Amino acid sequence: MSSTNNAPPSTAAASKRPKYSKFTQQELPACKPILTPRWVISAFMLISIIFVPIGVAALFASRDVIEIVDRYDSVCVPANETDKVKYIQTPGFKTCNRTLTVPKHMKPPIFVYYQLDNFYQNHRRYVKSRNDQQLRDSKEANSVSGCKPEDYNNNSAIVPCGLIAWSLFNDTYSFSRKNVPLNVSKKDISWKSDREHKFGKDVYPQNFQSGSLIGGAKLDSSIPLSEQEDLVVWMRTAALPTFRKLYGRIEVELQENDVIDVTLGNNYNTYSFNGKKKLVISTTSWLGGKNDFLGIAYLTVGGLCFFLAVMFTIIYLVKPRQLGDPSYLSWNRNPGWH
Amino acid sequence: MMARVRRRDGIEFSKLYSFVCCKVDKWRPEVGGPGFTRVVYCKEPEGSEAMMNNYPNNYVRTTKYTLVTFLPKSLFEQFRRVANFFFLITGTLAWTKFAPYTAVSAAIPLIVVIGAAMIKEGIEDCQRYRQDVEINSRKVQVHVGNGNFVYTKWKNLKVGDVVKIKKDEFFPADLLLLSSCYEDAICYVETMNLDGETNLKLKQGLEVTSEFNSDDSFKQFRAIVRCEDPNAHLYSFVGTLELEGGQYPLSAKQILLRDSKLRNTDYVFGAVIFTGHDTKVVQNSTAPPSKRSSLERKMDRIIYLLFLIVFSMAAIGSIFFGIWTKDDLENGTMKRWYLRPDNSTIYFDPKRAPLAALCHFLTTLMLYGYFIPISLYVSIEIVKVFQSMFINQDIHMYYEDADRPANARTSNLSEELGQVDTILSDKTGTLTCNIMEFVKCSIAGRAYGHGVTEVERAMARRKGPPVQQTKANSYDHLDNSGEAKPVIKGFNFYDERIMNGNWVHEPRPDVIHLFLQLLALCHTAVPDVDENTGKISYETESPDESAFVVAARELGFEFCQRTQTTISVRELDPLSGEKIRRVYQLLNILEFNSTRKRMSVIVRQEDGKLILLSKGADSVMFERLTKKKGWDFEDATKAHVNEYADAGLRTLILAYRELDEEEYKNFNQRFNAAKNAIGADRDDLIEEITETIEKDLVLLGATAVEDKLQNGVPECIDKLAQAGIKIWVITGDKLETAINIGFACRLLRQKMKQIIISLETPDIQEIEKAGDKLDISRASANSVLHQITQGWQMVDVSKENPEEEFALIVDGKSLTYALGADMKDMFLKLALGCSSVICCRSSPKQKALVTRMVKLGTRKTTLAIGDGANDVGMLQEADIGIGISGVEGMQAVMSSDVAIAQFCYLERLLLVHGHWCYRRISTMICYFFYKNIIFGFSLFLYEMNTSFSGQPAYNDWFLSLYNVFFSSLPVIALGVFDQDVSPKICLKYPMLYQEGVQNVLFSWTRILGWMFNGFSSAIMIYFLSTKALEPQAFNAQGHTAGRDILGATMYTSVVWAINLQMAISFSYYNAIQHICIWGTIAFWYFFMVVYGFLNPVRSTTAYKIFIESLAPSPAFWLLTLFVSITTLIPYFTFSAIKAKFFPMYHQWILRQISKEGRLANKENRSRDHGS
Repeated sequence: MSSTNNAPPSTAAASKRPKYSKFTQQELPACKPILTPRWVISAFMLISIIFVPIGVAALFASRDVIEIVDRYDSVCVPANETDKVKYIQTPGFKTCNRTLTVPKHMKPPIFVYYQLDNFYQNHRRYVKSRNDQQLRDSKEANSVSGCKPEDYNNNSAIVPCGLIAWSLFNDTYSFSRKNVPLNVSKKDISWKSDREHKFGKDVYPQNFQSGSLIGGAKLDSSIPLSEQEDLVVWMRTAALPTFRKLYGRIEVELQENDVIDVTLGNNYNTYSFNGKKKLVISTTSWLGGKNDFLGIAYLTVGGLCFFLAVMFTIIYLVKPRQLGDPSYLSWNRNPGWH
Repeated sequence: MMARVRRRDGIEFSKLYSFVCCKVDKWRPEVGGPGFTRVVYCKEPEGSEAMMNNYPNNYVRTTKYTLVTFLPKSLFEQFRRVANFFFLITGTLAWTKFAPYTAVSAAIPLIVVIGAAMIKEGIEDCQRYRQDVEINSRKVQVHVGNGNFVYTKWKNLKVGDVVKIKKDEFFPADLLLLSSCYEDAICYVETMNLDGETNLKLKQGLEVTSEFNSDDSFKQFRAIVRCEDPNAHLYSFVGTLELEGGQYPLSAKQILLRDSKLRNTDYVFGAVIFTGHDTKVVQNSTAPPSKRSSLERKMDRIIYLLFLIVFSMAAIGSIFFGIWTKDDLENGTMKRWYLRPDNSTIYFDPKRAPLAALCHFLTTLMLYGYFIPISLYVSIEIVKVFQSMFINQDIHMYYEDADRPANARTSNLSEELGQVDTILSDKTGTLTCNIMEFVKCSIAGRAYGHGVTEVERAMARRKGPPVQQTKANSYDHLDNSGEAKPVIKGFNFYDERIMNGNWVHEPRPDVIHLFLQLLALCHTAVPDVDENTGKISYETESPDESAFVVAARELGFEFCQRTQTTISVRELDPLSGEKIRRVYQLLNILEFNSTRKRMSVIVRQEDGKLILLSKGADSVMFERLTKKKGWDFEDATKAHVNEYADAGLRTLILAYRELDEEEYKNFNQRFNAAKNAIGADRDDLIEEITETIEKDLVLLGATAVEDKLQNGVPECIDKLAQAGIKIWVITGDKLETAINIGFACRLLRQKMKQIIISLETPDIQEIEKAGDKLDISRASANSVLHQITQGWQMVDVSKENPEEEFALIVDGKSLTYALGADMKDMFLKLALGCSSVICCRSSPKQKALVTRMVKLGTRKTTLAIGDGANDVGMLQEADIGIGISGVEGMQAVMSSDVAIAQFCYLERLLLVHGHWCYRRISTMICYFFYKNIIFGFSLFLYEMNTSFSGQPAYNDWFLSLYNVFFSSLPVIALGVFDQDVSPKICLKYPMLYQEGVQNVLFSWTRILGWMFNGFSSAIMIYFLSTKALEPQAFNAQGHTAGRDILGATMYTSVVWAINLQMAISFSYYNAIQHICIWGTIAFWYFFMVVYGFLNPVRSTTAYKIFIESLAPSPAFWLLTLFVSITTLIPYFTFSAIKAKFFPMYHQWILRQISKEGRLANKENRSRDHGS
């Protein structure tokens, strides 16, 4: 702040005269925009000019994505089985075969997801039920705070502890095209930072799923956690009760009308809480997966702004303000907010 | 302290908290009568009897806290606020298992907020402490025995110590003046620090102690003082001195008060009577009245509303949570098995679902606590510190002549300045300069003096051709400045007939002689002789008095010396025509006070004749005149007095009476006895006795002094009236004077209809003469009621015609009745129907009563402005008290909220500062609610998708730093800098001020509108984000968006939305505001990066979130852009429509100005083209 003292220096010391500065006199240089119609119309115009192209681009990106979604939770239970929960809880590997048709040419990488529904991975009890120390540090195997009731089994600590790990998704998918198996790569399906920093390279599963109540998948105790990418993906909890998680990647091209046979291991219990299970095979665009919402939203708002701009222009042309009439004043009618 | 609490009983709930109740009542009746128990053993401060009294030491502490009490007391102060208390509870609960977030993250913002407020308190208190130490370690000479005096620190003084004070030293405690370097034990005292008066006051010790005036003489000194208990009355003291078997009365005349200064006297000896906190000045220093603005009171209500919302949301959430939790376990089968409902803690146990829901209620309460803006109070405090700084520093409110800037003494009322509906103003010293000039006099029925007063000029204008009233910048004082100023300050009298000794040739020289003698003798002034020039100036108690002695001097009666018992006057001897010095024996002074309204002296002339000289207000003097037909100019004098009053002058009646020895002796005896009496009724007793001698007076004449209007007062009043502010003038003047002043300052205008309510009607006077008190009051009440009803009918009839304006003028007597319970409402209704109200002849108490009536009756903001001690009640009663730091001392300033030097600064204070402050604070508060509702409600919406389990959408630290880092600075910048229009326009369009008076910017519609904006924005942010992000892949690498990504994206949108919202609500941008807004947004990204690099155990879901996940993904950027713009569109559209169809006044003004500017530009351009 430039402070120029215009009082003579000799008297300034004794005098109580306030020293002049633009700050104290509230005269800092400033711009004072007024909400003029021109401003309003240009703002709306500008928004629509920016939004509409983005919307178009986003929509195109979403349309470019080829996605195959197959719900299998009910069809994979034999029709004669009335109690689905009981069926899924009986031990043993329950296979199920599905056939999918590729609607359009799909370029690799093709991502395989499982989608669960009505599954509250964001429940507070569930989210908190893990121990980050234990996951990244082999010396911290006994840090199981917050993991109850999946903290100890037979008085020794569970690694990885907690409900999240315990309820690891354990359906399996294998794909084949014309009886030629399609390889599903499980490498690099998790975030890099998770693999490298949140899950230790020397932390091995211990005592996992050895209790009376088995939750989800078991882990190979000879592989360090950082390489158990299914677990790593699972442990990054989903935001909403309907969520997809990456299962793997198919690195070959799929042609239009290719028929893909899927052999499912239907093991995971979503039946007790009426959750759906879906298998999703999808490509991605620069914007991610298939979702028209953002593109449509952009187009809608862009269009709306264009409409508003036009409306304001019309109002402005048809009904210019009568100047000099203070009866316009808001408080002469009823007080409103600004 | 007790007294203050008692007075505010029931109003100030908060005061009751502050431990006062533990204090022992000091007014216990004891030996020596209630209130008069103090015994001081002079020279024996450590004697056994003295020790029993246990009086406090002389350390005066003005700090609010001590080192020990600072922490508990200031914490207590902070947590007394409901919102802060709420956060204290949630902060404590955060350490339990209930917490939805980590405890540390919850504590940090609370610590920051409370810490900031406490640091502010601490710094303020530290400054006070430093001052205390400086003052308490000053040195003073104290008697240690055998006539030896040694220096000691002030704080070591004890009651009973004998001290020696030298010239220009401050008194360390309240002292009893024993003796001084003068033989008659007088000394001069400057009381600048007490009451701001710069004149010297004369104090005089008792004759019996005056001989103890050397160090050695104190070897034998022994005395006991019995006196009143400590109290706050600066100008009274009651006590007796026991010395060598005799008892002598003590009065305020012998008391030297702490913080005043010895002047013109080489040294004095005094005995310490009151020390430390018992001293009158400390007793008198009340904390500035703690007032809260109506805006803040409303804000509290909104906070309660928010609490209600929070509690109901928490209740709804808990109920759902309970139901879903219970549902998880049915007959041993688990529904959501992955939550292990079979083996759960109490918080999630389906078997004890109601209990779990109850616990959950606490959890969600903590979570939804984000609805309550934790930093609101501290932000408002910070903003207000700036606002009062702006007021203090405003060069346009600095008064060069007196070297006084404006001074906002309490910062918490600045926005109230923008909402003033009624101004109640004192007249003398507030509208006028309080510099008295002797302009006219009437002696023996003949009027002297040719001067023309300002009021007369105004009257002439009024009667002459109509002048354009609203012509801007036609400042009267500019016209006047051309006139030759009176050479002598306080004297503007010119009349050949009595000047330069010509009065001896007038018809009644004897009366004129007495008249001038009276002017020279009847006063309490002290002459101050300049040693070099021999010129005499006077130190007086009031400017009127100064005008009189100066007039007497100029007319040939030069008052030149005063001792305790004599007054010397150099006067013109009418016989010899020479100047001779006469010495008058001053026998008694019957002092002036506001109930007596007169002052008299009894003097013995050189020829031994005893006379009583008396001057006073006409209301009390005329009734005391002798009924014997002596000199028959009473009617002529009355006519002159009325004439003077018409001319806006202050008049006094002068009269005298010769006394015979017997009568005087009798009187003197009783008078002295009364003065020596100790007790509460002493004053009544004295008054009764003086009444017996001040009667049968013989009229001499009347004086008229002019009190000039201050610069710019009429223009200022005009502006304030244009701003729709009602102005009431409450004055002690006579009806006619008040009306004329009213015209002079444009409070009354020619086209106004005057409604006068007065009891000076013939029939009432008739009844008064009869003298039956009951009759009088009944008749008066009836008459007043009748007049009020009549007035109301007039106002009521003309309601259709808004052009018609009324002015109400009430005199003091009628006011007494009008303020009675039965007539109050009626009177107020009438007064509100009038554009101007003048109450004349009103007492200080009436001033306060009128203020209270207006405040409670209208429920609107009242502002009282005054300069004198008689305005203190009014200033404290009003919502805002403005003190004029003028001539009448600092009493008013001390009890005011804002002090200004001149009335005309009120215009800028209200229309510019008040308007801005109101606008800033109200916008700020609305915005605060908006930003917290966005945040809190987005949390709630997310809750709905977590089966109300209490899982926050955002990372713990994102949560906790929201209020402190990511949303606070821009709103503070708004509070400090925002200006709707420039000061020039504020003053040019005073109607703008009505925004505040009608509370347009803080109406419930506006508040709820902002809240609605918050809710709708939160809904948009939540739904747009979730719909766009889930459940498909979030980037080209096929990763999906988890809780971490959704949270960070939503948070980013919130930060953008609230800051952009701020940006479009600004009507004014300077560099600092830009830095605050864009800096805050930039800081958010910076924070994400830095926080993301912390150990994943610390940063949990935010680990590398920005670098790895968000930044490389176009979806993140497109989504935040989209969401933050979209949330603004409703508000933007709304304000565009509003600006178009229902503009605010300031928008209308700005539009007009810009239009004018464009037209001017166009013209310029076309002219350029033409040339």
